[in-house]
Amino acid sequence: MWVLMPEFFLIGCFTFYFVLSLSRVPWRIRPLSKGLALLAFFLTLITFGEQGEFFSGALKVDTFTQVFKAICAFGFFLVFCLLKPEGEDHEEGYLHELYGFLTLSLLGLMVLVSAEDLLSLFIALELSSYCLYVILPLRKGGYLGSVEGSLKYVFFGAVCSALALYGMGYLYALSGTTKLGALVVEGGLFSSLGLLLFSVAFFFKLSLFPFHFWAPDVYQGASNSVAAFIASVPKVAALAVLLKIIGLFPQESKGLKDALWVIAVLSMTFGNLAALVQKDLKRLMAYSGIAHGGYVVLGLLEPGIEAKVAVSFYALVYLLMTLGVFLVLVGVSEKGKDVLIEDLSGLYSRSPLFAFTLAVSAFSLIGIPPTGGFMGKLFLFVVAYKAGHKLLVLIALVNTVLSLFYYLNMVRLAYSKESLGPRSPLVLSTLDKVLCLTVSGLLLLLGVFPSPWTDFLYKVAV
Amino acid sequence: MGLFANELPYGVLSWTIFLPLGGAFLILLFSSDRMARWIALVFTLIDFCLALPLWYRFDPSKIGFQFVEIREWLPILGLRYAVGVDGISMPLVLLTALLSPICVLCSWHQIEHRVRSFMFCLLLMETSMIGVFSALDFVLFYLFWEGMLIPMYLLIAVWGGPRRDYASLKFFIYTLVGSVFLLLGIIALYFKQGTFFIPEVLFRPYEERFQLLVFLAFATAFAIKVPMFPFHTWLPAAHVEAPTAGSVFLASILLKMGSYGFLRFCLGITPKASLTMAPWILMLSIIAIIYAGFLCLGQEDMKRLIAYSSVSHMGFVTLGIFTFTLWGLKGAMLQMLNHGVTTGALFLCVGILYERTHSRLISDNSGLGKVMPLFVAFFGVFCFSSFAFPGTNNFVGELFVLLGAFEKDKTLGLFLLPGPVLAAAYMLRLLKRTVWKEGEVSPLWDLNAREVFYLLPLLVAVLWVGFCPGKLVEVMEPALMELLKNVKSMS
Repeated sequence: MWVLMPEFFLIGCFTFYFVLSLSRVPWRIRPLSKGLALLAFFLTLITFGEQGEFFSGALKVDTFTQVFKAICAFGFFLVFCLLKPEGEDHEEGYLHELYGFLTLSLLGLMVLVSAEDLLSLFIALELSSYCLYVILPLRKGGYLGSVEGSLKYVFFGAVCSALALYGMGYLYALSGTTKLGALVVEGGLFSSLGLLLFSVAFFFKLSLFPFHFWAPDVYQGASNSVAAFIASVPKVAALAVLLKIIGLFPQESKGLKDALWVIAVLSMTFGNLAALVQKDLKRLMAYSGIAHGGYVVLGLLEPGIEAKVAVSFYALVYLLMTLGVFLVLVGVSEKGKDVLIEDLSGLYSRSPLFAFTLAVSAFSLIGIPPTGGFMGKLFLFVVAYKAGHKLLVLIALVNTVLSLFYYLNMVRLAYSKESLGPRSPLVLSTLDKVLCLTVSGLLLLLGVFPSPWTDFLYKVAV
Repeated sequence: MGLFANELPYGVLSWTIFLPLGGAFLILLFSSDRMARWIALVFTLIDFCLALPLWYRFDPSKIGFQFVEIREWLPILGLRYAVGVDGISMPLVLLTALLSPICVLCSWHQIEHRVRSFMFCLLLMETSMIGVFSALDFVLFYLFWEGMLIPMYLLIAVWGGPRRDYASLKFFIYTLVGSVFLLLGIIALYFKQGTFFIPEVLFRPYEERFQLLVFLAFATAFAIKVPMFPFHTWLPAAHVEAPTAGSVFLASILLKMGSYGFLRFCLGITPKASLTMAPWILMLSIIAIIYAGFLCLGQEDMKRLIAYSSVSHMGFVTLGIFTFTLWGLKGAMLQMLNHGVTTGALFLCVGILYERTHSRLISDNSGLGKVMPLFVAFFGVFCFSSFAFPGTNNFVGELFVLLGAFEKDKTLGLFLLPGPVLAAAYMLRLLKRTVWKEGEVSPLWDLNAREVFYLLPLLVAVLWVGFCPGKLVEVMEPALMELLKNVKSMS
């Protein structure tokens, strides 16, 4: 049970926040919440390397899932650092709920990553989603958008969950078991359909076309810090599950891979094209997320160790570069308002460190060396090329060029434009500085010296 | 193809590549602008001294790469940290190391705001440019190739002129589009040959169709970088807006990365396709030479004029490469170096003028002969060099290219002839209008010691190559002969 320590700790945290919310004590819990989030991350590190099956096989923890758990917890900690001082971006009275549900959502994601049974998988999935549905309208300032986003999230989420349940039903009917490891999937139509429907729930989380419709509105409706969470952590968890699912794909079925192929192409192309015309930074990040979901599918086409390494490498890089942009976004935003892309202009003179972080993250999102984004993409492309999907690699490269325009535009505004009207210089707290340096430093490190991390992943994935 | 280990007690190439990077990070530790300038200067100078053994210890009789260092980098993908130089890349490395301290010196007073970041970018550029010329692993090469993009973009975008926004964006987009094709070619080669190690990829019998595709991917990237007609439009914009140091790096080194790519990769990996496509490249080169020459005639902005003259000169380089004659290749190599020296020097001169008159227009800078005699002496030599006056470096290079062109085909040579004539016309027009003017000229102060100090090495280089090119040719001839022999035997 020791290995489930992080999960139990999160339950404890949630209970703590829950009790606080009942008592309505106006505690200043922000520093404490950061500490707890950091502790959760450390717990995932401490318990690392231990394995085990729990609850009669419903959860199976191995070192590979622990990597994903650690990445999720790290992202969670970063998001907690992003939360603005009390009352600036969320209704003051609901702060405890906000912290509590975020924690619970992380718990759901962690369980999701190690779930080995269709049932536990589904419960974890819903747990992580429902918490987010609740958090969304807690944004301060009476944004209609946040209710709209929340509703869209609920509806789309519900439909996708229903589809996934259908899929699970098929899979159960065909194999008579709910254990992922024991699912025997033959190459028939129903099993392919079942697997595909089952995957829909995770396509939804990853905001892949055509299950992406929620993303722009939800990102925009959510407060900046919550959007940062939605943009990063659940996607990492979804990738972990998708890696498991593609392992189930029967070798002979081409239909499934073709479906993934089409989804990848559509996601990349649509995401990038739509991002080109965005004005709101969060919407832009939503479309960029859709496009990156497309890229990462390149690594999901062929199960294998290299695919696992490539995808998990990309998961970390994606988390870092997205949070890098959100770090700047939260910093630039005034009183937690939405940030237009224009608001980035003159950022270099307002805060060089923010501009640097933005530049590193944006270049990484494009995939330019020497950033982690380049190595991540190179990995994915090599894996896809090896599996024989040359055309797909070509399309992905064309998309990289497309994406250049809007990412570069952010950097361009930050560095070569003057700010609109008089803007005061941004004052960065020590924490902000540390975060900026950590994120950009890690991205550059992963770009130049990826081998320690990839060697480690390789060892773990075997 | 042989690989000769580095026999010096220190990793000469690694040190040369990464010393500027160290300097860049050292700058971040200090908050004073003065300190930043001195650190940049000292590090670039030391770097030049460190690179000198490349010249003295280089053995032209060895075929293959020398000073090779190989280490594991990312074993899963088979990536290695491998560097080494041969007769083609060694002079380019030295050119980079020579120009870097000059770029620091010319920005000494020109850049007054955000000096630390500026010097940081300059040093970063030096690292990646030397890295490009010495990388022996494709991914390492790509890393440096793209790593140069970001600091260059920032040099234009932050310290550039009024239209820096447009220029920097155009530069970035053009170059990145090219790079993407480069990456595609690299990945394709990786799966053909199973390695990113460049010496293992060169001169292998790939089938024709594959060669053609890889050639097209590579040639797009390199043609944009050179830049060849019709991809040249980013160059004048970038040159005009960039600060002087940026222009010098751009003209002297970055453009050479394109022609270096043609020489090393297009000829080395896809010889058959290069031969097939050669007529097209020759045609584009001739168009570039003549078209850009005519454009130069009409320019009012000195930087723009020199930028277009770069397009024309680089036309000679690509033409020389694709004649597939020894004269042509030697001429192309020489022209790469000569253009680096001469055009770099011309941009420095324009920068010097701009610091005094705050205008780059020819009409605002006329009659200088009366007030800045020393400057005019330097400027005159560089202008003469630019239109290949006998006794200057460009004469030797263009002569070799012309010889190569005539050796290949008489008509080709005839087509080429208007090039030097046009060059003489536009450079003399520039020189005449800046030096002479009737009537009074407002007083300007002549060159100071710092400016003389950084122009002098370039002047020496112009005359040295002009009068005794033998030593330089000796260094690169064996490598070029080997290249030509391989190309001929492979096709």
